[in-house]
Order: sequence, then C-alpha cells, then structure tokens
Amino acid sequence: MSQQYPVLIVIVPLLSAFAISIAGWVNKRLCFPIIVTALGVAVYASVGLLLTVLEKGVVIYHLGGWPPPVGIAYYVDHLNGLVLVVVSLVALLNVIACKKSIELEFPDKAAPFYTLYILMVTGLLGIVVTGDAFNLYVLLEIAALTGYGLLAMGEERAPLSTLNYLYMGTIGACFYLLGVGYLYIVTGSLNMVDIARLLPPLYQSKAVLAAFIICMVGVWLKMAFFPLHAWLPNAYTHAPSAASSLIAPLVTKVMVYVMIRLILTVFTPEFAFATLALNNVVVWLAVIAIVMGAILALAERNLKKMLTFIIVAEVGYMVGGAWLGNRAGMTGAILHIVNDALMTLCVFLVVGNIVYKVKGYAFEDLQGLFRKMPFTMGAFVVGAMSIIGVPPTCGFFSKWYLILGALQAGHYGFVAALIFSSLVSVVLFFRIFEICYYEPFSDHHGHDHPPEPMDEAPLLMVVPLLIVAVILILVGLYTGDIVNHVIKFAIPEGLV
Amino acid sequence: METITSIKPLLAVLVSLLVTPMLISSRSPNVREGWTFVAAIIKLAIVASMVPVILQGTEIVYTVAEVFPGVAIKFKVDAFGMLFALVSSTLWIVTTIYSIGYMRGLNEHSQTRYFCFFAIALSATVGVAFSANLFTLYLFYEMLSFATYPLVAHHQDQEARSSGRKYLLYIVGASIGLVLPAMMICYNLTGTLEFSKQGIFTGTEPNATMLVLLLMLVLGFAKAGIMPFHSWLPAAMVAPTPVSALLHAVAVVKVGAFSVLRVLTGVFGIDLLARLNLGIVICYLAAFTVITASLIALSQDGLKRRLAFSTIGQLSYIVLGVALLSPKGMIGGMTHIAMHAFGKITLFFCAGAIFVATGKKNISEMVGIGRRMPITMVAFFIGSLSVIGLPPTGGFFSKWYLVQGTIQADQWPMLVVLLTSSLLNAAYFFPIVYKAFFCTPEEAMFEDRIEEAPIWCVVPLVITAAGSIALFFYPTLFLKLAELATR
Repeated sequence: MSQQYPVLIVIVPLLSAFAISIAGWVNKRLCFPIIVTALGVAVYASVGLLLTVLEKGVVIYHLGGWPPPVGIAYYVDHLNGLVLVVVSLVALLNVIACKKSIELEFPDKAAPFYTLYILMVTGLLGIVVTGDAFNLYVLLEIAALTGYGLLAMGEERAPLSTLNYLYMGTIGACFYLLGVGYLYIVTGSLNMVDIARLLPPLYQSKAVLAAFIICMVGVWLKMAFFPLHAWLPNAYTHAPSAASSLIAPLVTKVMVYVMIRLILTVFTPEFAFATLALNNVVVWLAVIAIVMGAILALAERNLKKMLTFIIVAEVGYMVGGAWLGNRAGMTGAILHIVNDALMTLCVFLVVGNIVYKVKGYAFEDLQGLFRKMPFTMGAFVVGAMSIIGVPPTCGFFSKWYLILGALQAGHYGFVAALIFSSLVSVVLFFRIFEICYYEPFSDHHGHDHPPEPMDEAPLLMVVPLLIVAVILILVGLYTGDIVNHVIKFAIPEGLV
Repeated sequence: METITSIKPLLAVLVSLLVTPMLISSRSPNVREGWTFVAAIIKLAIVASMVPVILQGTEIVYTVAEVFPGVAIKFKVDAFGMLFALVSSTLWIVTTIYSIGYMRGLNEHSQTRYFCFFAIALSATVGVAFSANLFTLYLFYEMLSFATYPLVAHHQDQEARSSGRKYLLYIVGASIGLVLPAMMICYNLTGTLEFSKQGIFTGTEPNATMLVLLLMLVLGFAKAGIMPFHSWLPAAMVAPTPVSALLHAVAVVKVGAFSVLRVLTGVFGIDLLARLNLGIVICYLAAFTVITASLIALSQDGLKRRLAFSTIGQLSYIVLGVALLSPKGMIGGMTHIAMHAFGKITLFFCAGAIFVATGKKNISEMVGIGRRMPITMVAFFIGSLSVIGLPPTGGFFSKWYLVQGTIQADQWPMLVVLLTSSLLNAAYFFPIVYKAFFCTPEEAMFEDRIEEAPIWCVVPLVITAAGSIALFFYPTLFLKLAELATR
C-alpha cells in the first residue's frame, strides 16, 4: 500500500467528498466522522510518504500507470513531502477544532460546508503532490472555486469581498495558465521534470523569460504579495471562522510552495537568480510588503482583520527569503511555510473560539478575555510570541534563517524590515493583550471586586488549539532536525 | 578546563517551570504557597549540590538540542554563573516568605497568577545564569522579559498599563532591535556563539564593526539599566513590592548586568577588549550612569523610586568593574552582584513593610517611623550600609575590590567616580534613617508605639539584613567563585 501513498492523499479526500454530501441527506451526524477519517488517512499517508522520501529519496508515481509526458506524474521529494504533512495536519486539526462553530454557524448547511471543505483540501494537497504543471492549474482551480464557496458563506459582506477575491484569483490563475502555455509551446511537455530537462538550452529565449515572469506574477497574485494583496483582508475577515482558519494558514503558504517549486525544479536557481538578476528587485518588493503589511495591521481596530494584514507581511518574509538567492534564505522561506501555517492556524483558531463565545472580534469585544478564556488566551500568547519571533517558538527560527540569508546576501534592507516587523508585532499583540488584560478598568486595584466567571470555549475547541500551541514550541525545538534531515535535501546543492 | 556532563542545570531551570500547573490547580492558598516553597527549596538544593564541583574548577555542561549548525540550546555551569544562580535561588525562598506576608497583608487580587509568573521568572533567571552561549542566554532573557510583564502590570489599572508599556518598549524594543541583529551579525561573522575566554572573534580581523557590535550588545541588554536605557526601572516600581525586591533589585536587573558581563568576558574576551581599547568606552558609559543615577536619586521623594535610581547606579558598578579589565576590578564587579543583592533586597523589603504597616510611600511622610517600626528601620540602616559599601556589611568587600581594580587598571578618574558615588549614596540614604529615629516630638508623624508589619514581612528582612552582615565575616564563597571566574 505504501507505493500508493501519493495517490491516496488526493483520492481519499476527493471520494469522501461524495460520501459526505450523500451522508448529509441520510444523517447529518455522519458527516463529521467521515471527514475526520478522510483527513486522518491523508495525514497518515503524507507522514508515510515523507518517511519514505527520507529513507529512499524522491518518489515518482504515474497516475493510472501512464508514463509521462502522456500521463500525469506525481512527484514527491523532501520539499513537498514536508508541505504535504503540514497541509493535511492543519486541515485535520482545524476541522476538529471547528466542529462546534460549524454546527453553530450552519445548523442546516453543515454537509455542504464539509463537502466544500474536503474538496478544497483535496485541491491544496493535489497542488502540492503533483509533478505536472497543467494538472497543478486544474487543482489550483478546484481549491480556488471551493475556497470562494467557503469564504462566501460568512457574514453579510462576505459575498461581495469573495467576488473581489474571485476576480483577482481568476486573473492570477489565468496568468499561471498562460505561463504554462508558453512553456508547453517551447518545450512540448507539461511534466515539471521533463520541462526542467528541456529548458536549459532555451534560456536565452524571450518566450521562456515571459513564461517565467507571467507564472510568477500569477502566483504572487494568488498569494497576496503586496501590492497584489488587496483581495485578501476583506475576504478572510468576513469569512466564517472555520473557513478562515483553514484558508488563511494554507492557501498563501501553498502558493509560496508553488513559487519555490517553479524556481527550484521547473526552472533552475541559476536561471531565476543569476541569469535574470531580478532577485534584488523582488527582495525590495518583499521589504515593501513586510513594512506595508505591518503598518496596515497597525491601522486596524479589529482582531481578525489585523491578522490578515500580518499574513500579507508574512508572505513578504517568504518571498523575500526565497529570492535572496542563497541557501540560508531559501531554508528560511521553506521553514517559514511550515511555521507560518502552524502559527496562523493557532491565531485564527483563537479568533474562532472568541467569536464562538463573544460573537465578535472587534477590539472592544475583547475586554477581560484573559479572565474569561484563559486557555484560549494562553494559546494566543504562544501564537503571538511565534509571530513576534521569540525563542523557543518556531517563528523565531525561520526568522533567524531569513536574517542570516539576508546578511549573507548583504541585503540589509531585508534585515531591517524583518526586525521592524518583529517590533511592530510586539506593539500589535501587546495592544490586544492590554485590552484583554486591563479592560474594563476597575475603580481601585480590583480588591473586593468579584472576578468575572470563567467562560471558556468547549473542550473540543480548546484541546486542538492547545495541541497547536504545543506544536509551535516543539517545532521550534526540533528546528535543527527539520533543517538537517528534510529542508537541506529540498534545496539543490548548487544553491550555496 | 575539566568538564562533566550532567542534567542538573536543566533540572534547576525546569523545576520552577514545572511547578506552575500545581500552582494553578491548588485549591487553597496554603497549598499553593507550599508548592512554591517546595520548588524553591529543590531549586536551591540542585544549585547548591553543584557548588563543590564548581569550586574544584570543573564545569558542568548539558546540551538540550542543536538548533542551528554550531548553535545549541546548551547549559554550562561555571563559577560566574554559579555565583549568580546561588544568589537568586537563595533569595527566592526569602522573597516567597515575604510575598505571603505582603500579598495577604494587602489582600491583593490574582495571587495565583502572581506566584506562577514569579516561578517562571526564576526559571528564566537561572536559565540565563547557566547559558553556555549567547543564543541560549537570549532565549531565557526574552522569557524573563515576558514573564515579568504581568508582574509589573499586576494592579491592572491605568498607571500599571503605562508602566507596562514603558517596560516593554525599553526591554523588548532593545533586545529585538539591538541584541538580535548584533547576535546574528556575530554568528554570520564567526559561525559560533559559544562563550569562551578568548571570545568568539579569534581569527577575525578586528575592525570598526566590533565597536558597533559591542555597543549594540551592551546597550541592548537594557535590563542592565545603562543610561539612556534606564527609565523603565523607576516605572516598573508600580509592581507589588516583592516583585520590585526580587526582580527589580536582584533577578531581572542582574540578568541584565550578567548578560553584559558575559558579552564582555565571553563574547569579546578581555584580551580583545584590551587590545582594541574598548573597555574604556564601556567604563565611561557606566561611570556616567553611576553619577547621574545617584544625583537623580537624591531628589526622589518616593522611597521605591529612590531605591530604583540607586539600583541603576549600583548596576553600573558591576559593569564598570569588569570593563576596567583588571583582575581585581572583575572580582569586585562579580561579587557586587551578590553583595548588592542582599543589601538592596533588604531595603525593598523595608519599603514594602512600611507600606503594608502604614500605607506610606513617600520619604517625607516617614519622619519618626523608627519609633513605630524599629526592627524594620534597623534593617534598613544595615541595608543602606551595604549599598554604600561600609563595614560591617558585605558591600564593603565588593567596593574594596572595585577601588583596587581602578588602581590596578591605572584609571584614576574611575576611582574618583566610585568614591563620589559612595558619598552620594550616603547622602541619599542616611537622611532617611536619621529622620526615622532622631526627630523632635512635634515633627514625628507616628505615635510612639511599636507596631511592625506582619511577621511574614519582618522575618525575611531580618534574614537578608543578617545575611548582609554575615557576608562581611564570611565572604569566602562568593569571593572564591568570582576569583575562579576571572582566572
């Protein structure tokens, strides 16, 4: 069975989508066990796949036994092996943590929600596992269309902001498709490894250059790389909690993965960094993304929207790190895919719990939360520390590699942007902690003041959240192992 | 140097961290404080059990995990770290007794939170003391910064919030803004962050970057309170007094001074600093702080604020002693960590006892208080003797070595600074004591009736005052440790 892992990762969630929508008519309570089982299988298969890759090296799977370039090949190496584990794990933890809020927000529509959810995860897992440039586009659209559906199920304004996202997302996907089309014209192949083999003699061709740049712009649009970010904050803010805590951690990170895959595998680092000499420009764009993300987040008086701008800044981290053009920067970018997915999940689950209990996420709704929801807030503190970059939480360690890469590349602007963003994050989060901790002010020192009773979210929401918080610290402590055993091999040796 | 591997340093750090779940789940305050005592005593026992090995000149190391090539979360117990860990874990026990008296005496809210974060702060303090490299030190330094925040902001009112902001701005702003980049640059240049006698820059050509890095690291550890990064400390005095006593006279501020000393002796190395003549830069920074802080202290009416400015000055003694780069000066600086700790914690305990018993915070309202609280004010007198550096208190020894250090280093201006500062110290402490005892009946603000603070408050301050005197007669342990550390 272990040879079938790559396809199981996609097939099981895909087929369970049908099972869930049918189960929805029969008995609604069946939906949740099915989705958990399907995602559990996906986690199991992706962990097994990663272990296989660690042991034996790259795994190539021919779908339906058709060899490329005719058939579709799934190609799993250390890079996407790692990302697969993260995506499936985040999806699983999130669906468990969000069961209660899904039931609360969609008493009648739980089955369609779960169906869209698992289809979206299928799309994301497929994007990561596939080794075929066109198949990637197909899965990209699956993930995107289901994503629009999930996001639009939210508040009153959700359909409008999702429509905005739909326009931008479609343009991004079209750009990517156009780029792949150019590559197909030039090389006659859609298989990534095949394209990589055929491209080097053609690097002088203007068509290849155009293909690369168009693909990149498309991917940047999809990952909300400043200034192409405008669709993201509203779409994520107005979405239902369960959808935003799935989409916010995963979609941007998966798109960063696609960018790195294009740079490392389809094209070569030499082409992307040395021949084009674009990297300095892109890193400066990333600097602007980080600084603007931080400043825009400062302007928000609304927790969820503030977090969406932090995502915009974090995308700048990863794009900048990848484009520094050295090993340390690339290591930082890949490590940050893992870390940022986990810490974004953590803080968005916190928002989910708060919304569940308080019915709001504006700053005024957060008063006294440390007393009311101590466990949720404890996890929030860990997530915030990770975003600020305080050791031993994982966020520190990817920031370390990013700064190191920037120092080695001599890009001091990027160093300054990272430090600046850490400092702004301190302000952002402590501003919230202050509201949760001090307000409402009591008249004198709080003596003889009956404390507000604890009113924590249900256990099923709190336990997964606490698990995520612990994972944030464990991933930090095991950074050395992750880098030495996985990420080291994900980066071609040519990149120093 | 001989080294042995043992898990003890890790245990010493973890013991107070692991007790927090017990503290949270305890059903009654007595059980909760019981757990705190258990943790505090085990911690001291673990630390003390390592003393004989350290005195033989051996070092204890333990690696937790390697996180970057050449950088691990790693503990190393050497003489200097031991000195600091010993002081802070001893005083934690005393402070716990005092906390019970103070917090219950004032019927403070959220006492569980208070004891939890206190325990976490102590974990971080010992973690800093036992760090083997700059990265581990930074990790625990940040942990301490964030663990102390809820303690500083304990009262949860407007004043606590603005002080908390100031605290974060200075401490976290400086550590992320200055220390982190400086540490990264060091790592990028040398590939290591391990503390060693020769420093980490062996084999690197000295250049102008060194001075910048040195300043970033020395000022970035803002807990040391070197001007202009000092004004968080007076602001942090809004915290309950046991916090000011242990954290803002011993643990937190000395973690700052300790980190600066590690930077000077372990990251740069005395030889490199002497060769580049950089020690003198730090000397003048510290000397400026010593004098200015003492002058400001003179004008403070709030007792805790006066003590805070005194602490700022005394912290710079520690830095100054080591920056002299002479063996005697280094011994003086390092022992001053211990001597000043006992003296200053006594003074803070007294300030808190006065507040609990009478509700007074300002010096101008304490005329004649010696008749009301004689034990407290005698202890205050002993504490101030120790901080000024007069016999028969432990503070005399560290000042003695510091003065000798200036002569050994041929730094006459620094000698003048030290002596002037001692005079200033006397000038801001003795009037308090004098007015407490010697005043006309018309001036006296208190009835002529002995009424001390609760016994839980008085016992600790007697213990620490007695400790200050005992350190005059038996200073050998700390002197020996400091001597080993300078070797």
